[in-house]
Amino acid sequence: METKNIMIVGVGGQGTLLTSRILGGITVRAGYDVKLSEVHGMAQRGGSVVTFVRYGSEVAEPIVEEGCADVLIAFERLEALRYAHFLKKDGVIVVNDWRIEPITVVTGAAAYPENIIEKLRESHQVYAVNAMEEAEKLGNVKAFNVIVLGLAARHMDFDKNLWLDVIAKTVPPKTVEINQRAFLRGLYG
Amino acid sequence: MAEKKIMLGNEAIARGAYEAGVKVSAAYPGTPSTEISENIVKYQEIYAEWSPNEKVAMEVAIGASISGVRALASMKHVGVNVASDPLYTISYAGVGGGLVLVAADDPGLYSSQNEQDTRCVARAALVPVIEPSDSAEAKEFMKFAYEISEKYDTPVIVRTTTRLSHSQGVVELGERTEPADKPYTRNPAKYVMMPANAKGRHVYVEERMKRLSEDGADFPINRAEYRDTSIGFITSGIPYQYVREACPDASVLKLGMVHPLPKKMIAEFASKVEKLYIFEELEPVIEEQVRAWGIDVIGKEAFTVQGEYSANLLRGVLYGEDSSVREAEQVPARPPILCPGCPHRSVFSVLNKLKIHAAGDIGCYTLGAVAPLNVIDTTVCMGASISTLHGMEKAKGKDYIKNWVAVIGDSTFMHTGVNSLMNMVYNQGSGTVIILDNSTTGMTGHQDHAATGKTLMGEVVPAINIYHLCKAMGIEHVQEIDAFDLRALEQAVKEETKRDAVSVIITKAPCVLLEGNVFPNVCRPLPEKCRKCGACLRPGCPALTKNADGTIAIDETMCNGCGLCQKLCAFDAIACEKR
Repeated sequence: METKNIMIVGVGGQGTLLTSRILGGITVRAGYDVKLSEVHGMAQRGGSVVTFVRYGSEVAEPIVEEGCADVLIAFERLEALRYAHFLKKDGVIVVNDWRIEPITVVTGAAAYPENIIEKLRESHQVYAVNAMEEAEKLGNVKAFNVIVLGLAARHMDFDKNLWLDVIAKTVPPKTVEINQRAFLRGLYG
Repeated sequence: MAEKKIMLGNEAIARGAYEAGVKVSAAYPGTPSTEISENIVKYQEIYAEWSPNEKVAMEVAIGASISGVRALASMKHVGVNVASDPLYTISYAGVGGGLVLVAADDPGLYSSQNEQDTRCVARAALVPVIEPSDSAEAKEFMKFAYEISEKYDTPVIVRTTTRLSHSQGVVELGERTEPADKPYTRNPAKYVMMPANAKGRHVYVEERMKRLSEDGADFPINRAEYRDTSIGFITSGIPYQYVREACPDASVLKLGMVHPLPKKMIAEFASKVEKLYIFEELEPVIEEQVRAWGIDVIGKEAFTVQGEYSANLLRGVLYGEDSSVREAEQVPARPPILCPGCPHRSVFSVLNKLKIHAAGDIGCYTLGAVAPLNVIDTTVCMGASISTLHGMEKAKGKDYIKNWVAVIGDSTFMHTGVNSLMNMVYNQGSGTVIILDNSTTGMTGHQDHAATGKTLMGEVVPAINIYHLCKAMGIEHVQEIDAFDLRALEQAVKEETKRDAVSVIITKAPCVLLEGNVFPNVCRPLPEKCRKCGACLRPGCPALTKNADGTIAIDETMCNGCGLCQKLCAFDAIACEKR
């Protein structure tokens, strides 16, 4: 199989690592070769964070390069815009319709771009969800990233039950049920 | 069939050490090396510790090796500088049980103060370097490193980079094989490195490196992959993956041992390919040696010495094009910042108000150098804050540093700051040292140290008391203050910086990300009282933003209820209350 390239982007502390681990777990279970690349350390402190996931029959480099991503999973609007150029021509953006102002905006050094989703729609396939609101309805706002992952799962060909099983094995035991419900909410809307 | 697992590079390094039968592991946390120890500790067969610094960690591993067991020290690249004193000499003495130093370089400076190349240190120290290129190799190469360590009587450096350490790949698990403990025999000619003995060992070391270079051609970790011979690459580590991605048809000499280089193997490969590139991140370590043998190569004239490489970088140089299809958008930067509720923000807000300059150190608090806090003026290396302040005072006099302090975290203080403080006392310096005590090594992800009362293996132990440690040095003026008590802090800083003596202020509040921390409170704006002055926004808490009408909003999902914004509001327009 040709290598599939997924990117997960967001703000440090939003749980990109947990999401990429679920994704990594499912690709191994499905029998693929896989490489993931993560960001640890200082950049995690509220900074822009990107994780790459590549899977296929044989994967060489662990990073996704500009113009190569099949799916861009963004936990925040500005981060979707920042990394949109990593997408292939027909790549898909799955974005949490949520705004977190970077310190450069808070201090007035820069302005937060308006109408990001509309702008992205002009040249990309965009699937947006206010996952914070949806997660709150489910009873735990922290499960928002798994809702976004569920929405992204529509663009990957893994079995639903495999997803649920991998989620159960990856997230903390107490949160299995809420995360599975969150995933299904994303997958089916 | 062997179990397959997806593993972080660092996790695979730990697994390799486990399978190789390692019995002792010592380290000081540092990105990107930290997860090696955090995974080692999961194996009950291995004694694992956080040492106070890398020099100590290296020496602990050396002692274990001399006693006859396989031992590991792991650290980030700049940690190797701290450990270089024992490293250079254990290279002469050699090993008992196999001895490996894992050094994690950081091309691209994801979380470091420089971009140095450990291979340069290894060349100077006459130590072989092994470099894997993915998680599976990381595990296997660790085992090979222990074999050659014992066979050639040498410490071995396994070099990783951020990209390898923090990438995950599929690894096939193996069994642990524990070599029999070697009986100890006294051997001062080998282990007492005084001049007469070291002279003899130097002869041995030079001969050892020659032998390794000759034998390298037969090492399974070095391999020539012949495909299209019109273009050939000499490469190693993660850059090998970029070559495979960008030029799948090219011939490649993949080096698993990057020092010393297998000369004959390289000469043979060079003779079989028409155009030879050397593709190595950072310094031209391979290139310079290959050129010195009179072999014509293309290296750093085409590829940068800065930052990380990629397949696109290679495509750009070779074909003048890359895989991009769209331009990147110009968007506001999102640099890392202190967390909401971080006690460092509180301390820095006081220093900022008092227009105090700070000699800084290595930790999350280095972020106090940037807007809006703008407090830290210097950051060099672990422990340097205190000694640089001392140097300024000796250069320009006591009055010159009256509006200066040194700021250092608790873990960094225990690492090497304590030596610098001893120096201030001994050499009759003056100046105020603020120890930001958040009860952990924060930036690397919350590791314990000698002053936290817990070990890497989870034992509860007596914590070294920083207050009493300072007092024991003979420092008269030592204060402990709650990091969020702004009034007391302001008063203490004003008082202590006036003195013509050494003083220490220990600001205390646990890191907000520390496990088990609970946040019963939350801050809420009271817009009717808000005068839109912006005082609460000044320290740059990410939970606070300005509404269109100038009043403020507080994101309750981010707020940890530290109350800093409330204390800074002169109009009681923020309430700090139970969630």
